[in-house]
Amino acid sequence: MSSTFVVLVARDLRLAARRRIDAALPLAFFTVAVSLFPLGVGPEPQMLRQIAPGVVWVAALLAAMLSVTQLYASDLSDGSLEQMLLVPGGRIAIVAAKAVSHWLLTGLPLALAAPLFGLLFDVSPAALFALVASLVLGTPVLSLLGGLGAALTLGLRSGAVLLILIIVPLCIPVLIFGAGAVAAVDAGQSARGHYSLLGALLIFTGLLAPVATAAALRIATE
Amino acid sequence: MSTSWRFFRFASPAAFYPLAGKLVPWFGAVAAMLAAIALYLGMLRAPTDATQGDAYRIIFIHVPAAWMSMLLYVVMAFWAAIGWAFNARLASIVARAIAPTGAMFTFLALWTGALWGKPTWGAWWVWDARLTSELILLFLYVGYLALVSAIDDTRRADRAGALLAVVGSVNVPIIYFSVVWWNTLHQGASVSVTAAPKMASVMLIAMLLMTLAFWAYAFAVVFVRTRAISLEREAHASWANDAVRAARPEPGMST
Amino acid sequence: MGQRRRARRTAGTGNVDVNWNSAGEFIAMGGYGLYVWGAYAVTVACMAAEPVLVALRHRAAQRALSDGGRP
Repeated sequence: MSSTFVVLVARDLRLAARRRIDAALPLAFFTVAVSLFPLGVGPEPQMLRQIAPGVVWVAALLAAMLSVTQLYASDLSDGSLEQMLLVPGGRIAIVAAKAVSHWLLTGLPLALAAPLFGLLFDVSPAALFALVASLVLGTPVLSLLGGLGAALTLGLRSGAVLLILIIVPLCIPVLIFGAGAVAAVDAGQSARGHYSLLGALLIFTGLLAPVATAAALRIATE
Repeated sequence: MSTSWRFFRFASPAAFYPLAGKLVPWFGAVAAMLAAIALYLGMLRAPTDATQGDAYRIIFIHVPAAWMSMLLYVVMAFWAAIGWAFNARLASIVARAIAPTGAMFTFLALWTGALWGKPTWGAWWVWDARLTSELILLFLYVGYLALVSAIDDTRRADRAGALLAVVGSVNVPIIYFSVVWWNTLHQGASVSVTAAPKMASVMLIAMLLMTLAFWAYAFAVVFVRTRAISLEREAHASWANDAVRAARPEPGMST
Repeated sequence: MGQRRRARRTAGTGNVDVNWNSAGEFIAMGGYGLYVWGAYAVTVACMAAEPVLVALRHRAAQRALSDGGRP
């Protein structure tokens, strides 16, 4: 099963490499979304510094949710998803592989690019580090939950919007602890509690979400 | 066959249909009666509160609505899971029948909460832990309803909904904890908008009676919706046609 | 709080221990009438509308079955 997993991740990365523009779309969306906020609320530095953690985190959440359908959709349309499901232990392997690929292609780049956007908001260096750390811990959870949503809404017309509607409530704890970590550091406090909670969420989601997503895949393809 | 196993006879939509039909008027009557007593006690007898004046009387519908919204979500998830695990058609139908009523109670909890918050806290909406959690619960209901409506295949819709409802139920404690955390961080000494005044016994009784009234109401409405969905789904079955033909001689009869 | 109120019901004279001195007071709700009645009105409206809608849905389902087959 682990070889299936590795093969699938490698495959997704290779496919993404062939379509570099498509793979970069989430990051582009993230950039645009984050830049809209100062335009909407005004350029006052003190306020921007205050809203920065929330803005970056919300934009990351939406970017993750909007991009997760792609990973399943192309495999569904060309029939390879059904083929993969036939492999023994295939379901969990697919689910885990999709989550990891999604994170490598969306979550991780976002986390690494976040400091740039933090600078747009004049975030302090310590808070920038907290931003990256919280995103590194939290975006895998988003990928896992997004995968669940993608499996539940597999092949449906309403697709991405429906996915956001059903999965976003589940992402609220990650959002709260992630943005909260940055805000805590910004206020001069320690974010250790937030990191612990994010870590706990990651473990909890990492153990349970693949099982639920595999069940969702079976429901969607039976 | 022992008595308890005999009740499984009602596990089919066909058998449940007439039973539900007989029970609905009773539930409706109980709901009306309990509500009348609760309103009498709460609106006419209960004393004015020292701090909140008479604005606190919203509690007699706000708290029952909030409790029902939470209870119905868990019950909905339970029956949906039963329907999925045991392939029980009626259980899946009941879960689908509960959702709109649960969503309605959630909306009422939010609406009454806002109208309670305005005179007591000066704002139509206060992001306190309980109201915010109630809002997220509304999102969970809406998400469930959206998902099941978006899937045309009934079986897939029921099962996907069941999975989503179970996942939601598991997450509710986590979400609530995170919202409480978020709230205390940002408001310091946060006092909840929905904090009840120190309750005189007549207030407590009125609130509990109203909760029971809402519960009876929910039974009645959910049973009628279950009957409707059963007919919609089993249009091909002979029991459905028989039931409709039996009901026809009395066109004035409701539900 | 917690004082027990004893209801003295005398038939016909309406001498019950209610909190209000007049109907006007009851409607005013100590100045909070708009909020209290706004809350109750919407609640009553929803809990009256929902049963009606559900009964209509049931009736439509019955009608669909009895008309079944005929265009």
